[in-house]
Amino acid sequence: MRKVLVIFAHPKYEHSEVNQALIRSIEGLEGVTIRDLYELYPDFNIDVQSEQELLFEHEIILFQHPFYWYSCPPLLKQWMDLVLEFGWAYGPGGIYLKGKYLLSSITSGGSSEAYQPDGKNRFTLEELLRPFEQTAYLCKMEYLPYFHIGGTHRIKDDELNQKSLDFQKLVFHLRDAEKIVSESLPHLEQNLS
Amino acid sequence: MSGFLPSAIVYILAAIVCVPIAKRLGMGSVLGYLLAGIAIGPYLVGFIQEGQDIMHYTEFGVVMMLFLIGLELEPENLWKMKNLILNAGLTQVLVTSALIIGLGIAFGFTWQISITIGFSMALSSTAIVLQSLKEKNVMGSPVGKLSFGVLLMQDIAVIPILAILPLLAVANETVNTSGEGHGFIEQFPAWVQTLSLFGAVGLVILLGRYGFGPLLNYVSKTHLRELFTASALLIVVGITFLMEFVGLSPALGTFLGGVILANSPYKHALESDLDPFKGLLLGMFFMAVGATINFGLIFSNASIIISATIGVIILKSLVLLIIGKIKKLEIGNNLKFAIGLSQIGEFSFVTYAFASQLGIIDLSISDTLMAITALSMTITPILMVILDKVIFPKMSTNQGPKKEMDTIETRSKVILVGFSHFGSTLGRFLRANGVEATVLDYNPDRVDFLRKMGFKVYYGDATRLDLLHSAGAEEATLLISAIKNPETNLKLIEICKENFPKLEIMLRAKNRVDAYELMEAGMENIYREHLDTSIRMGEDALKKLGFRAHTIHRLAASFKKYDEEALKVLVQYKNNQKEYISKIKLQIESQETLLSGELSRKFSMNDHAWDSEAMKNPEN
Repeated sequence: MRKVLVIFAHPKYEHSEVNQALIRSIEGLEGVTIRDLYELYPDFNIDVQSEQELLFEHEIILFQHPFYWYSCPPLLKQWMDLVLEFGWAYGPGGIYLKGKYLLSSITSGGSSEAYQPDGKNRFTLEELLRPFEQTAYLCKMEYLPYFHIGGTHRIKDDELNQKSLDFQKLVFHLRDAEKIVSESLPHLEQNLS
Repeated sequence: MSGFLPSAIVYILAAIVCVPIAKRLGMGSVLGYLLAGIAIGPYLVGFIQEGQDIMHYTEFGVVMMLFLIGLELEPENLWKMKNLILNAGLTQVLVTSALIIGLGIAFGFTWQISITIGFSMALSSTAIVLQSLKEKNVMGSPVGKLSFGVLLMQDIAVIPILAILPLLAVANETVNTSGEGHGFIEQFPAWVQTLSLFGAVGLVILLGRYGFGPLLNYVSKTHLRELFTASALLIVVGITFLMEFVGLSPALGTFLGGVILANSPYKHALESDLDPFKGLLLGMFFMAVGATINFGLIFSNASIIISATIGVIILKSLVLLIIGKIKKLEIGNNLKFAIGLSQIGEFSFVTYAFASQLGIIDLSISDTLMAITALSMTITPILMVILDKVIFPKMSTNQGPKKEMDTIETRSKVILVGFSHFGSTLGRFLRANGVEATVLDYNPDRVDFLRKMGFKVYYGDATRLDLLHSAGAEEATLLISAIKNPETNLKLIEICKENFPKLEIMLRAKNRVDAYELMEAGMENIYREHLDTSIRMGEDALKKLGFRAHTIHRLAASFKKYDEEALKVLVQYKNNQKEYISKIKLQIESQETLLSGELSRKFSMNDHAWDSEAMKNPEN
């Protein structure tokens, strides 16, 4: 069993039904640790030491956040800036994340169709998530395909339930699967749709 | 002129006439006093005949000055200067005295006399040099520091010199038996005298460590300023008496007492209380030096005295120039340093008197030597003026980049007034970030307690201008008042605005009403003591009720900002009120305005940040 660390960042979680549903679906699971950054560090004053210790203990790192302006909310960026230190996460001596897995789980107001070459966001999510992919690469981590819920403003309850179950299934898979293979992750079909 | 009052009037008038003129001509107060002394002395106007006596009394000014210098010198700063003092100072004292001793023997004096003269002449005048440096405000410059280091070594050298003199007398086999003893212990053999010197010094150290602190604590609890001043005088006079009792230079003893008290909480209070005495007495002392210049003797022995004086000045300057060169002073600064220190110091008056009482030198030699000393003390300030006004303008290129010497920061940039729980928390935070504030507090017991806890707290009433001066308000950037009493704060503001316009003031206010008063006094940095804590408590309460931490953090920040801005509006509203409306009524009124809720409503959860409601309708 792998330990899963969910780095969760939402500046107004109390208003986000989708993110609440996602977090609820994995809350309290064995081997799953959720770090609610905006609750832990309301003043952006991140405890780098304890964050690094947690990263070291976990094998799967999952960034859970709304996709604001084609990126993450600022506190997660702050977290990356401070926690992924030179000499710890990358660079000489920066070996502590080596071999771990990183993936992004994002929610967006725009639907999946909007993130296509002919959609209004022009680029695919895979392309727009390149900074995270490259972060994983620099830290010698394996970057796994993203999990996405689009059109969050108009999502129906049953659809959200289904998505939450998919998310839970993905977390179970990451935690329990004998071997993690990018191509055979349970949520892959929907990304292609 | 006879009688105390006429003499006093003559002295003071001479000073009032001469010193401002000297200062206006850029000569500094020392030269002004010296010239005033010459003017009223026996050889010009002839008002004053008893210059020697006056000098003896006013030597107390030098004693006080050394006490005050000692107060400025905390042992650790002394330690930081050790290289400067040892290398530069010891070299100066040893080389200069060796050269003069050699010359003395070459001119046919006995070796005892040569040693006495050599060591006496090697010392420069602490009073003149430090007074000039302080007046020109260059104590912190390379020249100032190097000069101070050398002077300090010289002051220390006085101990062995005065201890050696009785031994020389023994070697001379002519132990003085004349009636006017230097001290009570004159009657004992020289080795007892020498031993007793060390005993007296030990006693001063012991008292400084364990005696003066409790005394000042006891007195300061009465909060009677004059009693504190009296105690300060008692310390200086007491040490002086003890030193004279054993026949040792009082200046030295008080200097030692000062250094020991430099770490005490009463440092700044002592400084500000004794400073006027020192200034007056020192001025008198310089005048007395001027008045004692024995022009009769000088004119009758003109060639010897003048050539000896000039010879000593040149010799001392050369030694100092070489030291300055080694310490990498550029030529202009080096000249200032060397010529500044080239006079013979006031300690030589003491050593000559002492030596003649011990029978090492006879009275005529002593008189000649004293004339040389006084003359050199008058000439060097004149040389400095020439250097500043005539020579430096011609070599204008030399004011270029100055090489920094090992920096010794004795004054901090922040003065913190009031070290209650509020002030001490603030002080701890500053200290944790490497900012060591100069702390003033008016509660002697608290000062003692905090001292024991390792804080540098000084006793004193911060609304006293002189105390602020000695705490370094002139050089400080910030004054933080952690006092909650509005009257004290207002008084402090008034004093600082008038005397230290550059000093930025930060104030603690007890409540809204006090804050209004401080705002009306033109203050901007006002910190109501409850504001942050109460909002923080509210933040935590809301969190416990299930609100999100970051949301509350933002709302609390805006609430605080609003509250501060509302204060600025309400203070004007306050001014429109008729004067008879009491503060309390005003307080209630403004509270009502705030609590009515209209103004606070925008701090609800209804802000639109990150909201998706507005985005739901348009097509995406």
